[in-house]
Amino acid sequence: MNNERLQTSSVDAIKPPRTHIGVVGWLRANLFSTWYNSLLTLVTLYVLWQAVPPFIRWAFIDSLWTSTGEECQAVDGACWSVIPANIRFILFGFYTYSEQWRPAIAIVALVGLLVYSQYRRNWKKRLIYIWLAGLVGMGVLMRGGIFGLTPVESTKWGGLPLTLLLAVFGLTAAYPLGIVLALGRQSRMPAVKSLCVVYIELIRGVPLISLLFMSSVVFPLFLPEGVTVNKILRAQAAIILFTAAYIAEVVRGGLQGMPQGQYEAAESLGLKYHQTMRLIILPQALKIVIPPSVSILISAFKDTSLVVIIALYDLLKTTQSVLGDPRWMGYSSEAYIFLAIIYFICCFYMSNFSRKLERMLDTGR
Amino acid sequence: MSQNQTPYSGTVTPSKAPFWYDPKVRAVFFQIGVLGMVGLLGYYLMTNTLANLERQAIATGFGFLEKQSSFEIGESLISYSAADTYLKALLVGALNTLLVSFIGITLTIILGTFIGIARLSTNWLLSKMAAIYIEFFQDIPILLQLFFWYAFFYEILPQPRQAINLFKGVFLCNRGLIFAIPAAHPAFKYMAVAFLIGCCAVYIMRRWARKRQDETGQIFPVFKAAVGILMGLPLITWWAAGAPTAMDMPVLRGFNFQGGITVSPEFTAVLLGLVLYTAAFVAEVVRAGIQSVSKGQTEAAASIGMKPGQILNLVILPQALRVIIPPLTSQMLNLTKNSSLAVAIGYPEFVSVSGTTINQTGQAIEGVVLIMTIYLIFSLTTSAFMNWYNKKMKLVER
Repeated sequence: MNNERLQTSSVDAIKPPRTHIGVVGWLRANLFSTWYNSLLTLVTLYVLWQAVPPFIRWAFIDSLWTSTGEECQAVDGACWSVIPANIRFILFGFYTYSEQWRPAIAIVALVGLLVYSQYRRNWKKRLIYIWLAGLVGMGVLMRGGIFGLTPVESTKWGGLPLTLLLAVFGLTAAYPLGIVLALGRQSRMPAVKSLCVVYIELIRGVPLISLLFMSSVVFPLFLPEGVTVNKILRAQAAIILFTAAYIAEVVRGGLQGMPQGQYEAAESLGLKYHQTMRLIILPQALKIVIPPSVSILISAFKDTSLVVIIALYDLLKTTQSVLGDPRWMGYSSEAYIFLAIIYFICCFYMSNFSRKLERMLDTGR
Repeated sequence: MSQNQTPYSGTVTPSKAPFWYDPKVRAVFFQIGVLGMVGLLGYYLMTNTLANLERQAIATGFGFLEKQSSFEIGESLISYSAADTYLKALLVGALNTLLVSFIGITLTIILGTFIGIARLSTNWLLSKMAAIYIEFFQDIPILLQLFFWYAFFYEILPQPRQAINLFKGVFLCNRGLIFAIPAAHPAFKYMAVAFLIGCCAVYIMRRWARKRQDETGQIFPVFKAAVGILMGLPLITWWAAGAPTAMDMPVLRGFNFQGGITVSPEFTAVLLGLVLYTAAFVAEVVRAGIQSVSKGQTEAAASIGMKPGQILNLVILPQALRVIIPPLTSQMLNLTKNSSLAVAIGYPEFVSVSGTTINQTGQAIEGVVLIMTIYLIFSLTTSAFMNWYNKKMKLVER
């Protein structure tokens, strides 16, 4: 016994060759394992060497951060000044200047809610009430008119709050509609089924922009004389109708993933259709489709930028109008990179969350 | 009721449920209700619309298609002028959509496949770069990317006089991408014909090779022969027609280039944006497809003596493609639908031309209906192809 242990430790004492461990070993295994891998590494390094140092020079060394537009023309580097100089317009659009603390608080509250709801221990019925209260609170804060807040017309809403509003309300309203459509598509009633199929396929077959066009130019014709609907609300409706079709397909995937036995068991217990769905099928099906739903959320968030085309002042449009200002003309790259970073942070956070969720839900099965 | 029944009767017939408990009857009533509601909603919207149209004196119907459009279109594949009809203008738009989608799809598949394979590379650096690319381009809205590239052309690239000379005969400036093409010569027409003949020959050869393999088991090198025919026939034709090598070189005259082909900044920006964005998604699809074929398949194929080329062709690709093609098609469809965003940077594709038409005629409903119809045709054609493909590739199970 003792002997054996001695033997093992002496075997342990022989270390692998130095070329197979440590930094050298890692480099050999991951970057220079074969001749073509070495070649690939060198080519990639060369490309990086050509691209990264000039970019760093442009973005950080030769750049100006707090200056006027005229001063920027003298330097070669980036003119980041365009962002701090116009940040309040970019973020809040035409919202009354002295009241912009209100959308700022609303955004912080929304982000807080999102962060709060990502933890599984908070997934209780209470969460729904918190969300409802939060959304109402944000609406009041944005709109004003009560509690001594100056009313702000929704036509003045713009920038980041508008982007978030379109995305969050778009998804919350589209989800129930999508579930109804998915159930309709699975239904045994031919009329209901074909209506849902036609709706889903029609919407998924056309680009969002055609629906937005419809909301801005055709929808007013649908209403009786004298009735008008706010432009933001119309765009919101288009986004909801569009997203619902995609959610319906995701939910259908979940419904099809349910084994037939679940339906039969529910039926044999004497549960009615809506009981079966509400108590047995949907809770399981919706759990399966949480990760793909998050990807729908991500694309809905990205798609809100399309409202630029019907001239709503979302984050992208406010930035563009800043760039139309003669004092800041010609600094599009800087402004667009700033926007790209905002969008990237949001989407990256969501997709990371979706990956985490997938792992979390996987362990339960 | 049950108390009236005789207690000793052998069989108890359950009392017949009233008809409104019958699921079939209920289903009929429910469907009539739903259809009625949809019909009522449609009727309501229609009457409102007709009343509004009459009040605003807007014409209805597609009669406007025959009228003179009287607007110019920046770029067009067919000859078009402001004197032509709206129908022709819309056709120009549809062709532009098809052009940018077709070139976009081709480039996207190539770039996406490269990045997807790079993501799986054992080379750590390359794999990480591919991962960064995928995450970065997926998470930025396509519209923002289009605006960025458009601004890149107009703000960063120099005037034609200081144009960047990428290779011999290829220039990049704020007027777009300008490159040399072979000067016009009848030989190129004959080459196109030769290529078509080559395609037919390859098709016949494939059928013959498959039949021979079924009968005798001998394998014919179809791929090599096909490449030989498709490249060789046009080359021989080119040589036989006198081997023209003259190039139409772009030359700077005054403020702009003359000669060669100029690709407008709008087109290049749209193409660049669509390809870079969609390639990130395609890369993920390709990666998932390759990973779906387990390593044991390769090892098993190698153990029965297949060569690497055969393993790829006969074992891996048929299985990976089955996983790759459906999501790939939906990405291609997404690219086509996203090409409609080109309206925002002024590339005259279908939505842009329809928008102008709507503004000029005021016939918004017809315009939107046209847009939706065109895209529906694209989608339905694609899904028809998908169904055919799925049926063809479906696993034949016992």
